[in-house]
Amino acid sequence: MTDPRFNDPLTRRQLLRRAAVGGTVLSLPALLAACGGGSAASGTTAAATAGGKPQLKDVLNFSNWTYYIDTKKPTTFQQFQEQTGVKVNYYEDVNSNDQYFAKVQGPLSQGKGIGRDIFVATDNSRFPGLYVSQEWVQELDKDLMPNFANLVDAQSSPPFDPDRKFSMPWLSGMDGIAWNEDLTGPVTTVSQLFEDPKLHGKVTVWTEMGDTLGLVLLDNGDDPSKVTDESFNSALERVKTAVDSGQIIKFTGNDYVAPLAKGDYAACFAWSGDVAQLVVDNPKLHWGVPEKGGIIWTDNMLIPLGGDVPTASTYMNFAYDPKISAKIAVETTYISAVKGVKDEAVKIDPDAAKNPLIFPDDNILAQLHQNDPAMLNNEDYVTKWQEVQGQ
Amino acid sequence: MGAFFHRHRGLTPYLLLAPGILWLGIFFLIPLAFLGYESLQSGLFPNFEFTWEFSNFSDALSLYHEQLVRSFFYAGIATVACLLLAYPLAYWIAFRAGPWRNLFLLVIVAPFFVTYLVRTLAWLNILANEGPVVGFLQWAHVLGENDRLLATTFAVVAGITYNFFPFMALPLYVSLEQIDPRLLEAAKDLYASSTKAFLRVTLPLSAPGIVAGTLLTFIPAAGDFINAALLGTPKQAMIGNVIQAKFLESLDYPTAAALSFILMGMILVALLVYARVVGTEKLTG
Repeated sequence: MTDPRFNDPLTRRQLLRRAAVGGTVLSLPALLAACGGGSAASGTTAAATAGGKPQLKDVLNFSNWTYYIDTKKPTTFQQFQEQTGVKVNYYEDVNSNDQYFAKVQGPLSQGKGIGRDIFVATDNSRFPGLYVSQEWVQELDKDLMPNFANLVDAQSSPPFDPDRKFSMPWLSGMDGIAWNEDLTGPVTTVSQLFEDPKLHGKVTVWTEMGDTLGLVLLDNGDDPSKVTDESFNSALERVKTAVDSGQIIKFTGNDYVAPLAKGDYAACFAWSGDVAQLVVDNPKLHWGVPEKGGIIWTDNMLIPLGGDVPTASTYMNFAYDPKISAKIAVETTYISAVKGVKDEAVKIDPDAAKNPLIFPDDNILAQLHQNDPAMLNNEDYVTKWQEVQGQ
Repeated sequence: MGAFFHRHRGLTPYLLLAPGILWLGIFFLIPLAFLGYESLQSGLFPNFEFTWEFSNFSDALSLYHEQLVRSFFYAGIATVACLLLAYPLAYWIAFRAGPWRNLFLLVIVAPFFVTYLVRTLAWLNILANEGPVVGFLQWAHVLGENDRLLATTFAVVAGITYNFFPFMALPLYVSLEQIDPRLLEAAKDLYASSTKAFLRVTLPLSAPGIVAGTLLTFIPAAGDFINAALLGTPKQAMIGNVIQAKFLESLDYPTAAALSFILMGMILVALLVYARVVGTEKLTG
């Protein structure tokens, strides 16, 4: 550490390392148990207001990804407003973890708010750890969150926030491949996506390093939960080759959805629930976990500096009512981290329990993996990843 | 007040200059100084330190010369395309449009009523694989079954050409419109052919418009990133895309700042060469 550039008390590398400390990955059996259901605390939201009434703001500003909230009336936000009087301003302004971080880091680094009370960040990126270690997020008020007990055990201790002091899972989902049957037959492997000449120039992957390289690592027969320089480089090389050949035309955030639905992309890396929601209007779209395996991830709700902790905590408590979480999970086709959701989901839609995208069965879970936090936090990897994107 | 100005008549030019100079000072020079300071820093976000890190410049050049060259190349083609498309149009409006002049000028400016981003997004639909242009060109066998326009160099250059077209057309119009038609009549009286009259009279007199239009198109086009981001692929990435990503995504401020200076320097050099070739009096009209 004689290099002058590392003289300052806390470098980003250290921060990243700190974020990755104890960076164990949630085990799949645990997740499996998580999805099974189990009994939940009930009575719930009333409890939050039963004691000393917290002073709530009139509005809650919430940043989230697209295709990530229930829309059937009465929506859960309407129900929340009815119960608490708090109106939710819901902004679908997260397109990728990198972009969102770029947008908010300026004010947060000066200790200023970002006009939001809740935002989300994916555990499959370096960012939740960065937000926590930089102290850019505020501690939850668990006194207002009796439903905290409904959090599934598998999600109770992620590496970036071992005691869940700052974060609560929003939903989980899977990385896979989507294709448009008008333009191609089934695309079931990354090799096919990257090399099939029929897909040339009609393929996209994500800007998210964890998601994209996770699937490529699996296709290479490497373990995404234990990444070496060698396995990283060979995965990177495969993406680079596909970019240079013109097979891959874009790196996308959540914005792959519209061109995929329109038929501009024949096949692309896509998130499980997104496509399930698109299929309703576009029956030509399909989605699957690649043959050599997929990646599972979780988005986490966080309270940024300047956000109102009581209001945000009250909302999180509300979202951990199995009834509410079931409605959100069923309509978005993503995976809830709330105990007892399955029983409630069946009441909404008897078929929901059989939908592996909402309640992944053993079969699917056996194909899913999680990314190595050390890879996500590796500064050199991040730089190399950016270079592949032409940047 | 009036008496004050009368007594200090010498001050008037400075007072007139003051608002502009102040504006540039606050919103251009000070940020530029910060940018320069940033470009010589080292370290990793958020702990940068000023260390006279000149290697930021050489590193940035060696890593991103490809995108730099590409930016100048694309901006160059787009500028020439703009000139070739805009000159006949401006000529026609200036000399032939008669009472319709203002209407046509309005049509040229009309795209500015829509934001830049939305205009470029519209091209996504126009050039889309399932869109009308590709469909027509495939029907006419100009494009093959599997060819496309979107996500190609053509799309990016076409987007830049479209977006900067008014910056070329308007100065051209202004310089052409000022030409005294009697000069052309005189040329014809002296037995000049139409071609010769154009080449010897119209073209030289419109040179200030050409120069102004070229600069107004080329300079912003070289730093553009929207067109490459929306209509291109990573293979069409321009230097603006790199700077944008370095500033906002990888949070590598020093490299981004160094690249900004390199771009600025290269444009300045190009400008000096251009001024040398065409002569400075044309730059100022």
